[in-house]
Amino acid sequence: MNKLIRFIPLVLFIALGAVLYKGLFLNPQALPSALVGQKMPSFELSQLTNSDRMLTENDLKGNVVLLNVWGTWCVYCKYEHPYLVDIAKSGRVSLYGLNYKDDRQDAQQWLKDYEDPYGFSIFDPLGKLGIELGVTAAPETFVIDQHGMIRMKHVGPIDSKVWQEKFLPVIELLEQEATSTKVSNTMTMNKGEYDV
Amino acid sequence: MMFKQLSFILIISFVTLTATLLVSADVQAFNSDTYTFADEVTEKRYQALTKELRCPKCQNQNLADSNSPIAADLRREVYELLMQGKADSEIVDFMVKRYGDFVLYRPRVSTMTYVLWFGPALLLLIGVIVVVMILRKKPSKKSQQAMSSEQKDKLAQILKDK
Repeated sequence: MNKLIRFIPLVLFIALGAVLYKGLFLNPQALPSALVGQKMPSFELSQLTNSDRMLTENDLKGNVVLLNVWGTWCVYCKYEHPYLVDIAKSGRVSLYGLNYKDDRQDAQQWLKDYEDPYGFSIFDPLGKLGIELGVTAAPETFVIDQHGMIRMKHVGPIDSKVWQEKFLPVIELLEQEATSTKVSNTMTMNKGEYDV
Repeated sequence: MMFKQLSFILIISFVTLTATLLVSADVQAFNSDTYTFADEVTEKRYQALTKELRCPKCQNQNLADSNSPIAADLRREVYELLMQGKADSEIVDFMVKRYGDFVLYRPRVSTMTYVLWFGPALLLLIGVIVVVMILRKKPSKKSQQAMSSEQKDKLAQILKDK
């Protein structure tokens, strides 16, 4: 018994060491988002390229919606920009921008200078919608499903690796959900027809 | 007993050190905001809230300390919510709903945080038990025993030989 007790500190030390060692490789910036599984918060903000046009959460339409938080002041937004252009061209998802804490003129110029991958960009100079979404900085990207539910949040830039490993699985899942609801919709419609 | 004194000194110095750290951590924070408050109570509440809410971007600072843009935005949000007459708990809930439990420097008691809340007390208790056990342990009989008559004879012999 006494001999066993002698080993307790060693066991505790190894356990603590294992926990701390694992901690070395965790990303402290990766926070669990409180928004995942919630409905997209409601907002009313103007469109970046047209200050007269007001946008709301209902304008984010699509089976799979990507809302990308960006700003001209954000270095990594420039880095992920070519990937976003590719994603938009693939047509697989509906990509919208949230221009976050930026200057309207600068942001419009940025889109002209490079290429505008977004269906539209929401202009949020005070970061109000950003706070609603729990945004801490740009770039961040939200994946929203056809019912307006936030299904995933990615903090940091998108590149091909992140796209393959993090986004594609979620997008495939959402596409499946979308087709299955469509099938069940048509089925109920058919049933209705027969009933008549 | 030497050992008892030593452990007493260790405990005293630990307590003093902890107290010093607690006092020095209480230094006033400064940022460049110039919010005006109608009354002193609201100002105190604002200060308390920005001190207890953590900046989600710069993770080792509270909202009051941090100069990052998001911290400034969240301070403004706290101010606006206070002006709307929201209660402290409502403001904290507002932040948690958007940024998660992470923004709380004083985490809520839940199954997730039991270890956090009660772990240190448990460890202290274990430590105290171990110290008490060691201190109360009777020194082993061998060292306490006076010399046997055989040993006494031997000692006398040696001394005599000198």
